[in-house]
This record gives sequence, structure tokens and C-alpha cells, in this order.
Amino acid sequence: MLYRLADAIPTIWLVLTLVFIAMRILPGDPAIAALGDGALPEQLAEFREKMGLNVPIWQQYFNFLIGTLTLDFGKSYMNGAPVLDLIARNLPYTIQLTVAAMILGTVIGIPFGVLAAVKRGKLPDSGMRIFSLVGYAVPDFYLGALFLIGFALNLRWFPINGAGSGFFDILHHLFLPALTLALVKAAFIGRLTRTSVLEVLGKDYVRTARAKGARENRVIYRHALRNALLPLATGMGLSLLATLSGSVAVELVFNRPGIGRLLIQSITERDYGVIQGGVVVFALMVVFVNLMMDLLYVVIDPRIRVK
Amino acid sequence: MTIAPSLSRQQPVSSTHPGPLLKVEDLSIEFGPEGTAVRVVEGVSFSIDAGAAVGIVGESGSGKSMTSLAVMGLIPSPPGRIATGRILFEGVDLLGLPRSRMPEIRGRDIAMIFQEPMSSLNPVMTIGDQIGEAIKLHEKMGREERRQRIIELLKLVGIPDPERRLGAYPHQFSGGMRQRVMIAMAVACNPKLLIADEPTTALDVTIQAQVLELMHKIRRTLNTTILLISHDLGVIADICERVIVMYAGKVVEDADVKTIFRSPKHPYTRGLLQSIPRLKDENTRLYQIPGMVPLPGTIKQGCPFFPRCPDRIDKCARETPPLLEITSQQKAACWVSAGATS
Ligand SMILES: Nc1ncnc2c1ncn2[C@@H]1O[C@H](COP(=O)(O)OP(=O)(O)OP(=O)(O)O)[C@@H](O)[C@H]1O
Ligand code: SF4
Ligand SMILES: [Mg+2]
Repeated sequence: MLYRLADAIPTIWLVLTLVFIAMRILPGDPAIAALGDGALPEQLAEFREKMGLNVPIWQQYFNFLIGTLTLDFGKSYMNGAPVLDLIARNLPYTIQLTVAAMILGTVIGIPFGVLAAVKRGKLPDSGMRIFSLVGYAVPDFYLGALFLIGFALNLRWFPINGAGSGFFDILHHLFLPALTLALVKAAFIGRLTRTSVLEVLGKDYVRTARAKGARENRVIYRHALRNALLPLATGMGLSLLATLSGSVAVELVFNRPGIGRLLIQSITERDYGVIQGGVVVFALMVVFVNLMMDLLYVVIDPRIRVK
Repeated sequence: MTIAPSLSRQQPVSSTHPGPLLKVEDLSIEFGPEGTAVRVVEGVSFSIDAGAAVGIVGESGSGKSMTSLAVMGLIPSPPGRIATGRILFEGVDLLGLPRSRMPEIRGRDIAMIFQEPMSSLNPVMTIGDQIGEAIKLHEKMGREERRQRIIELLKLVGIPDPERRLGAYPHQFSGGMRQRVMIAMAVACNPKLLIADEPTTALDVTIQAQVLELMHKIRRTLNTTILLISHDLGVIADICERVIVMYAGKVVEDADVKTIFRSPKHPYTRGLLQSIPRLKDENTRLYQIPGMVPLPGTIKQGCPFFPRCPDRIDKCARETPPLLEITSQQKAACWVSAGATS
């Protein structure tokens, strides 16, 4: 496990470097963006000084790496607040959304996929096919907008924006955005479940299970699904990453706080410190998810566990 | 080694049913959509008395596995289908039973061991759990009692250090050991009929001999009726007293083992006998029956063995020989051995 962690370090370093380079290549001067066109040269110089932009580029790079190591991403160019604070304030909302979407998507996707596999060629299977086609074709921001208009604006069942406070209020605010992401995810997970369950149902050990007298439900849930989870875990990892990026659009549509919205906002404002910090956090989350997936494999598959 | 009472208990001999334990009548199995279906097993009939050990022999593709899967009710369907016939187990037609009744019978009354020990065990369950499941499905007993039973079973099939090994996963066992686990699982509920589909084919020779020895032991200690499938007459002769020879989905000869070795009646059986390796003359090349097994559905008329038969006569091309009784101990499906000359 430690080895895997060590394995992730070059990845993180590469991501950081790319982020740094991208920030420098982007057109526009952050000082002008922050202070406006009419700013005086002295004001600009003072700003650059404060933000560490007046030192040679390699030193900026070095400072950036050190800063990241110590979780110090500098200050927002816009309002001077520490970037870490901004991220810490927004991150929980993105995590809420992602986790809720993941749970919903799995809870809808897996049983639906199993049903489609078991009733292959029958009604549930066709339903699955249509559902996953729609799930692939409809972009999440569009689906989100539909839900927002239908259930929040017209029917008024759900709040229109914000994240709420207090357990039930949070859930209430969370439901529509999470459902938006979850449906896309469920289509993907469902399709994947169907394929891998179908494959596993043809295996010799499934025949063995039937031969000892296991009934169909037991065969499917005890023997087939557990094995189908192996290929499924990879897909779920990918899907979780897709949710992270999907959350950007959904946070905008539902006007929810979160890392995604923070990023978009800082990009329009050229708030480079925040962009850097936000991207780094996203990258760290990706690495973290991959690590969790590896852990999950170890839990599911005894063949990996023993080695 | 002593066998605990729970394993060695004698099977109650069914008092209500006087006939053979298993009687297969006119069994045909088809694959593919109706209309264009291909018959891979056609008109197979045989019976097995309680306590007997009967073998089915035949080349690859002759329908041995399909016949045994049909008895288990495990023909993959679709695309497979039982087209005709009856499968009477203790006088009850299994094909007439509602689908939901078969799981009660599988594993408890009829159990099966498969050809592929490497892939027949669930890779994510411990072998103890897998054997335990076979017990749990059919018998009510407490956790600890079940654990004891699993350990006994592992001892019976010769797995060393069973207390520790029951927590191990299939990938931690060799092919031979996995087949032993499969056997333990199959006999867990002391089935009346044990079907072993080429239990040794995938194993190397020394392991083969050990597994065959284990089959003997199972038969001796549990008094199980055995249907052993193999493409090797030598293996069958080792365990069984009667043998059914299948060719291209049909039974072509059915006789006790001694008779088959002394005077085989079907030319195909003779070919099989000549292709058994003999230890004495290692240098002589093994005899191989010339030609190939016809693909299912390609023989429309006449004897299925006709293209490869050294004894064929004109009649063989026109008419399919039925399985005829030659003596009370022997049946064969061959015009020439039935006395035809032209
Ligand atoms: N799913 C299937 N679809 C079509 N044909 C099949 C299918 N499964 C098996 N068959 C055919 O059924 C025939 C009999 O197969 P079976 O497995 O019973 O042979 P076998 O005697 O057990 O051979 P082996 O020694 O190779 O195990 C073969 O010709 C095979 O091609
Ligand atoms: S019936 Fe004819 S072709 Fe068939 S086995 Fe006998 S002799 Fe050969
Ligand atoms: Mg076979």
C-alpha cells in the first residue's frame, strides 16, 4: 500500500507542473485582471510583489511546489483571502454532492443492471438500453436545468439554490443536483453491471453453484454479483472521477457552493492563486480515488489480498 | 482413517421404488432456435441400478457432458433444449417436475463433479464456505456442527490440515486439490447419485490415479451410485462395472466392462479399445481411429459411424442401426454385429 502511495508521487508532481505551466501560458496579466485597466504602475508593482510574481519564473515554480507541500496555496488575488480557506470552505459541498451522487447512482444502477442481465432480451433489458442511451446522450447540465425548472421552479418541491444548513435541509438541497449526476452515473453503472454479470453467469463456478442446489437468487447475488464486482470496481472508479468533473456543471446550474463553482469563478476572474489551488485539490482527489479503488480490489479479490 | 457416523450412514434404500435408481429414456437434446436446431444427443436410453458404477465413454463432442447435464437439469437454456425423452430418478420423471423443484434434488439426491477443476470453484469464497453452502442448502444444522462436517469431508477427500485449509481460497490449491474440494462438496449431503464428468482429464497422470483412488473410496465408504464420464476406457474400467459407449450423440454399445474388453460388438468400441495405452509396449504408436467425429446434425441417414467404419456394408449407409440386445449383458447398434451381411 505504501508502495502505491509512493507510486502516486510522480503523478502528483507532473500534475502540479502542468498546472503551473498552464497558468503562465494563459493570456492576460493577473495583476491587471485583479486591479483593473486603470491601475497605476506602482499599484501593479506592489501587487506583483505581494503575490510573489516579481521573482524569476523558476523561483515562482519552486515556491509553488513548496507551497503545495505545506498546503499553502497563497492568497486569492481578488479578495486576499487565503486560498486554502476558500477551498476548505467549498470542498465539503463538492464531497457531499459527489458522495450522494455516487450512492444514488450505485443504488439505482446495480440492481437495474442485474435485472437487465437476468432478464436478458426481455422488458427490463430494453428499459436498461433506453435508459443508458438517454443517460449517455443528455448532458448533465441540461438534465440539471430540466430538474431545476420542473421540480424546483414549477412544482416548488425543492429549493432553487444554495446548499442549506442542518441535516434535513442539506439533504433537501442536495437531492436534485445529486439525482442529476446519479442518473448519468446509474446509466453507466447499470450498463457495466449488466455486461459483467452476464459474463460471470456463464462461468463454471456459477454452474457449480446451481449443481449444489442453489436457487437462482442465491446464484446471482451470492456467486455472480460478487465476482462481477471486480470489473465493476474499475468502472465505478472512472465514474467517480467523471462525477467530480460533472459536479462543476451541476454546481453552476443549481448555484451551489463547491470547488467546481469556485474554479469557474476564479477562471473568469483570472484569480490564478485560486485556480492553482483548486486544480491541485482536484488532482489530489483523483489520486485519492485511485488509491481507494486499489484498496477496494484488495477487499473484493482474495487473489490480490494474499500476495 | 475413521469416518464419522454422519458421513458413513447408509443411504436409506428407497422402499417405495423397486426399479433402477436412474432411467433415461429416449433422451434428445437440441441446440439452437427451433426449426434449425441441431441435435447433439439423440434417442439416448440407459439405466443405472442403485449402488452400481456405470461409465459413459466416447470421443470429444459425443454428447457425454450434455447427457449428464440433462440429468442435473442444467442444460444451458437457451440455446439448449431437451427435445424428447424422460429422465426417471427413483421412478419420478425429473423433466415433468416444476422448475422450482430441481434445486431441492441437485446436490442432495444427485450431485456432480465437473471436467474443469481450475474454474469450477468460486474464486472469491473460501472452500470451507463453498462446501458449507452445499450442506446449508439441504440440511439444517448448527454452525459448529457444520464446521465439523466440513472438516470431516476435507479429511475424507484427503486434504491435509483441514482445520486451517477450510479458510483458504481456491487459488491457493493445485488442480488436483481443487478437484478433491469439488468431490467433498459433491458428497457433502451424501447424494444417491454422483455424476463425475471427466474428473481426471485436466489433471496429470499421478494426480489422476489419486483422484480415481478417491472415487473408489467414496464408493466404498458412502455407498454412492456413480455415473463416471470419460473418453478413456481405462479410467472407466478402473471404477465401473458397466460402460455405455456414445458416438455422435447416440448410444452405440452398452455392456458390462468385462464383456466389452473380451468381445466388443461395435466397431467403434473396438477402435476405442485399441487406442488405450498399454504400459508393456510403450514404443508402439497408439492406434487412432481414422477420421473425425461428425459434427452434430451432419449425419442425416444411416449409421453415424459409417464414414469411419472398417466393417461397413451397403445397408449401413441407408438405415440407422437401432440399439439391439445381443446378449442379456450386451447391446450394440451395428448391423454387422447384428448379423447383417449386405
Ligand atoms: N452452447 C452450445 N451450442 C451449440 N452446440 C453445443 C453447445 N454446447 C455444446 N454443444 C455441442 O454439443 C455436442 C456435445 O457436447 P458435449 O459437451 O456433451 O460433448 P462431450 O462428449 O462432453 O465432449 P468432451 O469430451 O469434449 O467433454 C458437441 O458437439 C458440442 O459442439
Ligand atoms: S452399422 Fe455398419 S457402419 Fe455402423 S458400425 Fe456397424 S458396420 Fe459400421
Ligand atoms: Mg464433456
